[in-house]
Amino acid sequence: MTMRIRFWGTRGSIPVALTSYDIRDKLARALVEASGRTFASYEEAHAFASTELDFSITHTFGGHTPCVELDLGGEEYFVCDMGSGARPFGVHVLAKQSRRPATVNVFMSHVHWDHIMGFPFFGPAYVPGTTIRIHSCHDVCEQAFRLQQAAPCFPVAFSQLAASIEFVKLEPDTPHEVSGLTVTPHLQLHSGDSFGYRFEKDGKRVVYSTDSEHKLENRAEAEGFAAFFRDADVVIFDAMYALADAISVKADWGHSSNIVGVELCQMANARHLVLFHHEPANDDATLEGLLKEARRFEELTRSGEPLKVSAAYDGLEIEP
Amino acid sequence: MALQVRSYANALVLGVAGRLDQDNCEAFRADLMVHVERSAHDGGAVILDLRGLEYISSAGLRCFLLASRQAKAQHGRIFMAALQPMVAEIFEISHFNMVFQVFPTVREALAAASSEAAAAFDLT
Repeated sequence: MTMRIRFWGTRGSIPVALTSYDIRDKLARALVEASGRTFASYEEAHAFASTELDFSITHTFGGHTPCVELDLGGEEYFVCDMGSGARPFGVHVLAKQSRRPATVNVFMSHVHWDHIMGFPFFGPAYVPGTTIRIHSCHDVCEQAFRLQQAAPCFPVAFSQLAASIEFVKLEPDTPHEVSGLTVTPHLQLHSGDSFGYRFEKDGKRVVYSTDSEHKLENRAEAEGFAAFFRDADVVIFDAMYALADAISVKADWGHSSNIVGVELCQMANARHLVLFHHEPANDDATLEGLLKEARRFEELTRSGEPLKVSAAYDGLEIEP
Repeated sequence: MALQVRSYANALVLGVAGRLDQDNCEAFRADLMVHVERSAHDGGAVILDLRGLEYISSAGLRCFLLASRQAKAQHGRIFMAALQPMVAEIFEISHFNMVFQVFPTVREALAAASSEAAAAFDLT
């Protein structure tokens, strides 16, 4: 059965939305690019936009905070984090279930607000018969989920949710079997600790590693992550900043860079790096620039098989 | 990685050659810091002559950053000079070209350090 990764939320820290100014800017840039061209039909114009314009003109990386689904093709759902992307993910689950109760396995990197804020808007939590298992390595996970729905912050208390919600504690660096999926958490450097997850099924390996700072002076730490990423088909990586920012003005902020993502994936012989947890202050053109720089760095430093480099956006789907 | 050291008035030129990555950056950083502490203070400058540097990783760039912080704390300066095209591109990709002052040649970096340093270079 084919594994599929769906990105419902890819932004870090806080949700962002395109503004009217952003849309006018994209339209103006598209018109400049099309200067002198005429299009006889919508289809011709669409083909031009699809093939000749930059991603940052025709798309947006999107604004929901982290929520990434692993679709294993079975009855149960698997998802990393409950950022604001959990709202559209919940809509997807409800539509797919067509009134049948769902079973959703959640894996929490940590409980900072941007990673839990979507849960109060996760539709299946309000459907009787739904089972939600929230896996985490943190002792405070349940407390955080309950706290954000406590009065006066939210009108519906956690205890009023109709779904059966279970909190499951996982041990780091220990493989766990969760409904046929092998899951191994790994401790990461972040305020209050975060945990990456390595998922394995039918020979496919996917790593979800967000909110993770890498201290470059620590070779043992780098080797530990290279082992965690080893031979992964896909590594979803916290690439919030450019390298110069990550190790200077934003050192100790708990995040990493596109360049360190390339280096660790090369060390690990991973196949596909997906830049993730985008800085909310960055516009689409800046994010596209960071992607191009990461791809160029990969070319310059390549010594073996090429590493594919992508940037996650809300709505992206990939097969490992 | 041995540093080639030359002195011009109030500027010290350190020649860096080979690859600078996680395998050798800690030893390199220790050597570099000794020179920075001695020379990049009270208006003095250290110029890293990178014409022989073939590759630099993120760990190597961090060494430069730490040296720059040390120099600033001592009211000194660090300049980069004579980057090979690949290293120059890595500086741009990592946005380190916005962190450091980069000069095409050692002579131009020395002129930015002081007229005395440039004059001393011209005499050699």
